[in-house]
Amino acid sequence: MPVRLAQDKNALTFYLQGEIDHHGARGIMLTLDREVAARDPGMVTVDMGEVSFMDSSGIAVLLRCWRRLEETGGKMRVRNIPPQAKKVFVAAGLHKIIPMDD
Amino acid sequence: MIPILNQATLLFPSKSCNEAFARTTAACFAAQLDPTLEELGDIKTAVSEAVTNAIVHAYPQDLGVVTLRLRILEGHIFEVCVKDKGVGIPDVERARQPLYTTGDDSRSGMGFTIMESFMDSVRVRSLPGKGTTVTLRKRLSPRLGGSR
Repeated sequence: MPVRLAQDKNALTFYLQGEIDHHGARGIMLTLDREVAARDPGMVTVDMGEVSFMDSSGIAVLLRCWRRLEETGGKMRVRNIPPQAKKVFVAAGLHKIIPMDD
Repeated sequence: MIPILNQATLLFPSKSCNEAFARTTAACFAAQLDPTLEELGDIKTAVSEAVTNAIVHAYPQDLGVVTLRLRILEGHIFEVCVKDKGVGIPDVERARQPLYTTGDDSRSGMGFTIMESFMDSVRVRSLPGKGTTVTLRKRLSPRLGGSR
């Protein structure tokens, strides 16, 4: 699944789309890893406006990106999260770790 | 025993591309109960977790068969049973703990936690070397004009 991204100085935005499950999670994870390592952003925003489904595989993807940024002192937030994905996000307690903008 | 009003059974190989197929099929079958969008989302999510567990953990070496049995029970109850004949879970209590996983870093260990918070009941029966059966149930809200 392609991940679009936009960079504005030190801030990087990833636009996730479609269904995020175990089948597609590794590809997204590798893209996020690669881009964060190459660009060393101070702030990462994950825009989930186009995500039609997410299960706990998406939690693993977001947590891994958050851990990478913790190591480099970067910050991360999630925005435009649709209701189904938000319910998964909250059930996993991820909102206590990664800020979520509405 | 709650009377069974309708049921369907699906068998497929433990390929990850079948995760989307399984959850979408479960949601289509549940549509007979006229669920809300939120209830459909809950069912898709829980089925995705249970089927992914079977695909990732039950058959670590090669492909095996995953059975998805969908049932509509009296009282507006939707039941999903995900069964495999894989390696089994040695300690079910431990496997159900949040953040516990034997998978790699692409697994969050939150699968059972999500099944439990999205469904009314989650029953796990497992025998090492024989396989695992996960049964999920959810009572859907009866709606005016809803059909069965």
